[in-house]
Amino acid sequence: MNFRKALLPLAVLAAMVAGSAQAQVNVMLPANPGGGWDSTGRQAFQAMNDAGIYTGAVNFTNKGGAGGTIGLAEFQGAYTGKPDALAVFGAITVGSIILNKSPIDLADFRPVARLTAEYLVIAVADSSPHQSLQDLVEAMKADPGATPIGGGSAGGVDHIALALLAQAADIPVSDLNYIPQASGAETVTGIVNGTLAAGISGISEFQQFAEQGRIRILGITSAERKEGLDVPTFKEAGYDIEIANWRGILGSPDMPEDNYQTWVDRFTQLNESEAWAKVLETQGWDQFFIAGEEFGSFIQEENERIGAILKEAGLAE
Amino acid sequence: METFSLLLQGFGIALQPINLFWAFLGSLLGTAIGVLPGIGPALTIALLLPVTISIAPTSAFIMFAGVLYGAMYGGSTTSILINTPGEAGSMMTALEGNKMARAGRGAAALATAAIGSFIAGTISTVLLTFSAPAIAELAFYFRPADYFALTVLAFTSVAVVMGTSRVRGFISLFLGLALGLVGIDQMTGQARLTFGIPALFDGIELTVVLVSLFAVGEILYVASRYRKDGSEMTPIRGQVWMSREDWKRSWKPWLRGTALGFPIGALPGGGSEIPTMLSYTLERKLTKHPEEFGKGAIEGVAGPEAANNAAAAGILIPLLTLGLPTSATAAVLLAAFQNYGLQPGPFLFTSNPDLVWGLIASLYVGNTVLLVLNLPLVGIWVRLLSIPAPQLYAGILVFATIGIWGVANSVVDLVVMVLVGIAGYVMRVYDFPIAPVLIGLILGPMAEQQLRTALAAGQGNPLVLVSTPLSVVFLVIAALFLLAPVLIRRLRANA
Repeated sequence: MNFRKALLPLAVLAAMVAGSAQAQVNVMLPANPGGGWDSTGRQAFQAMNDAGIYTGAVNFTNKGGAGGTIGLAEFQGAYTGKPDALAVFGAITVGSIILNKSPIDLADFRPVARLTAEYLVIAVADSSPHQSLQDLVEAMKADPGATPIGGGSAGGVDHIALALLAQAADIPVSDLNYIPQASGAETVTGIVNGTLAAGISGISEFQQFAEQGRIRILGITSAERKEGLDVPTFKEAGYDIEIANWRGILGSPDMPEDNYQTWVDRFTQLNESEAWAKVLETQGWDQFFIAGEEFGSFIQEENERIGAILKEAGLAE
Repeated sequence: METFSLLLQGFGIALQPINLFWAFLGSLLGTAIGVLPGIGPALTIALLLPVTISIAPTSAFIMFAGVLYGAMYGGSTTSILINTPGEAGSMMTALEGNKMARAGRGAAALATAAIGSFIAGTISTVLLTFSAPAIAELAFYFRPADYFALTVLAFTSVAVVMGTSRVRGFISLFLGLALGLVGIDQMTGQARLTFGIPALFDGIELTVVLVSLFAVGEILYVASRYRKDGSEMTPIRGQVWMSREDWKRSWKPWLRGTALGFPIGALPGGGSEIPTMLSYTLERKLTKHPEEFGKGAIEGVAGPEAANNAAAAGILIPLLTLGLPTSATAAVLLAAFQNYGLQPGPFLFTSNPDLVWGLIASLYVGNTVLLVLNLPLVGIWVRLLSIPAPQLYAGILVFATIGIWGVANSVVDLVVMVLVGIAGYVMRVYDFPIAPVLIGLILGPMAEQQLRTALAAGQGNPLVLVSTPLSVVFLVIAALFLLAPVLIRRLRANA
């Protein structure tokens, strides 16, 4: 009896191992469980399953670290040329590859689809004298050092967005006093207690504090105003910038052409499905879809734009 | 009043059957590990981290709270019955408790410990409930210079207070600070101390260090010192319950223990050892039966046992409100929060009210569950001590290794685990305290971040670090911690 009891977990384990070996699709999630990339990957396949687009088995691997570069490097090594291997990645990966001098090149992978985006907002304390984005930019121009601005890690999307804003206003990027903060919450406290003149972060991090009246949002980096948030875009304020923290799907390097087309089609169907619309709504993600080669040229452009900014900021050679 | 309705809402969450189940499980587990010498709440929670990642954070923290309180209850049982503290905070209990057990009053000792723990735990939880939201609001006024000064204070106090000498304390602290530097620097995006290993880019995982130091290091130590004879257990004999006299002699020490334990637990470097020692000394001074001390005085059990439970609640205050861990257990809880992508601090009260208030409410629930578990079932808990040590510790080692592998499937993590584990063993043998390593590892990056933010926002002017009244106060206290022993020695030499 005891012997049998001991065997049961082993049998379950064996079944699990066998199951994963049979899985048709391998998906690399280059982040730890629970984060945005992790949920993007898992929710996308769940929605595909619900919508009947792809109902087969999926084998997920989490491998976090350094903006996804560690997971993608492993993905490239293990799955080059394999037919049904996909990876989640995003805007942060582009900057991380340059900053960490990672050996991987996004152009080696097959661009499947860009799925979602979160736009960025810039905010000041409620008591701040700056009433508009122009006010803030003027202050930055007059004395960049005395206008410390907080946001996410160096070379991340927040930093890039601020650098683009500076460029558009003819402020040398290297003069900016950008102070990376450990989290969006710390950026908010820094703004509220006056350590930071302003802060930049994803909408979700700032919105509730703006609603509480602790901070005032001055601008958003989207092309058009966002519903439910009465804030002008950077473009309206006269700075021709559009940038988002986007997430997408890559195929393995040298994926066979047929499989590649199938996946581009499946994600296109997913994007139009009811199930995915529901996911976007519950997660609060913005749709930001393009697919196939069009996505490939977008990655290329982002790579050049971010590379140039990082050089100007003195973070990369 | 708002606190009250939030607390009620918290009870709504804590009393859901599934969460009651987790609280019960945590309490069971906590009592069990409290009873077993050498395994503390910090290690248990660290081992549970990889396992709990798939359950909801609220449930996980409710379970952790059970473990935390349970360990304090369980620790006293071992102290009283086998004269080996199951838990660092139960050290003083062993002095009088075991004597009582030998004199046939074991049941009374166990009862005063359990009831004292319950009363202290409940009073402290009430204090926590009503002071935490106010302290959380403070965080909006804390500037980087204040945080930096606070971390400096935490560093000096932990290094000075814990361990057998200050040199050892500071060496441990700097080891932790060095480990905390590994990884990509957030401010510049450059890699530090990674030796070209990509797996180190995100730094050394706190869980890995914790498990290595507590499980691997401690088990190597126990194994290297293992003798087959073991300690002798004193069976429970005599009257089952506390007498009228016992009650009369216990209630004041319970309250005094609580008054000592809660605030000291909330201080950096306070932990649960210091308040129990203070409580014991205090009871010894105040007692009307000085002749009984050293031979089994009930006050010497009641006071310290209340103090250690109160301290366990105290450590939650700086942790929940400011994100500041003050002991090894708090450090693990912080790691648990971060595992779920949650940052303890003032925002936790606004962004995750369900979690915070559910957790606080579950402390009340856990306390009651523990009283029920501990009073009548003491005989069963004691049997745990008959598990042979080799099997027990080997099992923990295997569980720890699987757990670390499970977190990230990383070979590098396992290598780090072996190296840090051996370092932990060496530290244990030569009496280097472990808590400063953890505090250094956790608070080091925070101190650096706040220092650099303060300097950058002040455009490089170092005076910004003493620009607020709070920062000056904290730095002065930190300096006193460092200098006071030297000054006192001087004064004495001169006198």
